[in-house]
Amino acid sequence: MKIAVCVKQVPDSWAEKKLRDGDSLLDRDSVEAVLNELDEYAIEEALQITEAQGGGEVVIVTMGPERAGEAVRKALSMGADSGIHLVDASLAGSDAAGTSYALAKLLEGRGFDLIMFGSESTDARMSVVPSMVAERLGLPQLTFANKVEVSGGTVTIDRVGDYGIETISAATPAVLGMIERSNEPRYPSFKGIMAAKKKPVETVSAADAGIDAGAVGTSGSWSQVNSFAARPPKAAGVVVQDEGAGGVAIAEFLDAQKVL
Amino acid sequence: MGEVLVLVDAADGSVKKVTTELLTLAQSLGEPSAVWIGPGYTDAAGATLGEFGAQKVYVADSADYINHPVAPKAEVLSKLVADQSPIAVLIGSSPEGKEVAARLAVRTNSGIITDAIGIAPDLTATQSIFGGATVVQSKVSAGTPIITVRPNSTAPVANAGAATRVDVSVELSAAAKSATITNRAAAVKGGRPELTEAAIVVSGGRGVGAAEGFGVIEDLADSLGAAVGASRAATDAGYYPHAFQVGQTGKTVSPQLYIANGISGAIQHRAGMQTSKLIVAVNKDAEAPMFELADFGVVGDLFTVVPQLTEEIKKRKG
Ligand SMILES: Cc1cc2nc3c(=O)[nH]c(=O)nc-3n(C[C@H](O)[C@H](O)[C@H](O)COP(=O)(O)OP(=O)(O)OC[C@H]3O[C@@H](n4cnc5c(N)ncnc54)[C@H](O)[C@@H]3O)c2cc1C
Ligand SMILES: Nc1ncnc2c1ncn2[C@@H]1O[C@H](COP(=O)(O)O)[C@@H](O)[C@H]1O
Repeated sequence: MKIAVCVKQVPDSWAEKKLRDGDSLLDRDSVEAVLNELDEYAIEEALQITEAQGGGEVVIVTMGPERAGEAVRKALSMGADSGIHLVDASLAGSDAAGTSYALAKLLEGRGFDLIMFGSESTDARMSVVPSMVAERLGLPQLTFANKVEVSGGTVTIDRVGDYGIETISAATPAVLGMIERSNEPRYPSFKGIMAAKKKPVETVSAADAGIDAGAVGTSGSWSQVNSFAARPPKAAGVVVQDEGAGGVAIAEFLDAQKVL
Repeated sequence: MGEVLVLVDAADGSVKKVTTELLTLAQSLGEPSAVWIGPGYTDAAGATLGEFGAQKVYVADSADYINHPVAPKAEVLSKLVADQSPIAVLIGSSPEGKEVAARLAVRTNSGIITDAIGIAPDLTATQSIFGGATVVQSKVSAGTPIITVRPNSTAPVANAGAATRVDVSVELSAAAKSATITNRAAAVKGGRPELTEAAIVVSGGRGVGAAEGFGVIEDLADSLGAAVGASRAATDAGYYPHAFQVGQTGKTVSPQLYIANGISGAIQHRAGMQTSKLIVAVNKDAEAPMFELADFGVVGDLFTVVPQLTEEIKKRKG
């Protein structure tokens, strides 16, 4: 089974994120960048699927600037086999529509049985790219999966839906999205880190992937940020030490706020 | 006035509060039309949609639309977008709602904005990003604006609409039927309000210590008519079911009041509750980051503070 895992490099969750004044894009240079932690569950699941089948191939796919290559290396050090890195100046500033278009172009025709995703990127927090790629490639969508079973050419998942758990089946090729409860991502071993340095990563330009430059980047985006502002600072709250009447103090506060 | 399509979110045949909020928002943008997809449409549901301003209710009630995940809803909506040329499509910002919006955006070559907390009459959407630290105004510049809106962003306002039923039927593509739902296990419904809709959420974290400890959290919630939430540490430890997890990988809530008990305030937890209007924290560690967010905080043991609060609320509510 040949599996693609789409991963994104994002600012560290704990870093203070800001938009840039000039173009309203996320200021990625000022913060430490990491592999989107929610994508690690997709990587782990892909590795488990190929391990269970006693073979196969896990290919890490990313679209992002030069340094997004670090995220690919991290995934390779966990055990994935190779990487594909789409990097091109024209892609900077792509929105979800542009990103999904570019990823779909990059993925199509490469013979993947499964195209895997995390549940969301921790910076954009949209959870839309997997569905958009499925729509563009005309593939079945098995997302928010908590449990996965692959047997023959059929994939079955437990989807954690809005109102309960749904069991969903589809034939491959399919888009498969994992949630964070599904497994425990492994840590790269020292051996894994050393091995990752020698694994092949194919660098692809927008032109190589047949991407129409007009459909990506800031100018190809279908949505625009008009303005942004730091949230008006909230008046500092009151914190009191409980000396026996802490519960009553909260009730008084709620009463004063007219919540009761 | 332009037509605004609102995708109805309903469970067990009853219209969810978020749909009445979306219809209310739609009233301020143009002429609201509700779109019901799946079996189970009733006159009572239609009456609710009309009460909040729906002029038309498009009903696509074949079971086929819900036997396959996500794609059929996008195909029904995209047919309506093509036929009706609405000025916008509003969908609730649930995980599935965002996926439907995503596919619809691709099908209709339209821009998408997710997790809006407000929409101006010119269709500029307000979003709260980076855990609430930044407020963004954005606009769709191509196609029909497709906007997902967070629950609790607007107070529902009644404004009678005709709610004229218009039946819709769409031939699904083979791709939309390529994944099939073979079984559904509905989440067990307790007597409490639904987490994402509740006006008040009372949450417990690792500090609650054990599943039995959640008794004090539930008691407080019940005294306020609130929903119960939990941190991931609490759900991972088995203190409370996963379905109640609040945070980045759980539910996003935006209630009038959020009471965090024994929750440290990790960034992933804050991501799911930071836009709550009022935040109260109880934690025995005065350094807990949750206090930075709190409008009111008590440094103390939740097992003494919370029961006392519950008693006091009961007393005040008479
Ligand atoms: C990929 C990923 C996704 C995640 N998604 C989420 C998410 O969606 N939601 C989420 O919540 N977390 C999420 N997390 C986990 C998050 O990072 C924190 O680990 C978690 O929120 C901590 O939960 P907690 O505050 O209950 O526990 P802790 O951080 O252990 O805090 C417990 C608190 O309870 C206090 N306490 C202890 N006993 C008492 C007492 N008797 N009375 C009063 N106070 C007491 C302590 O002082 C402490 O502050 C995620 C993490 C990752 C890596
Ligand atoms: N630039 C990207 N390159 C590769 N995969 C991506 C990219 N952006 C998003 N994804 C994938 O899509 C998922 C959802 O992202 P989002 O819709 O942005 O929340 C992520 O968890 C990734 O698996």
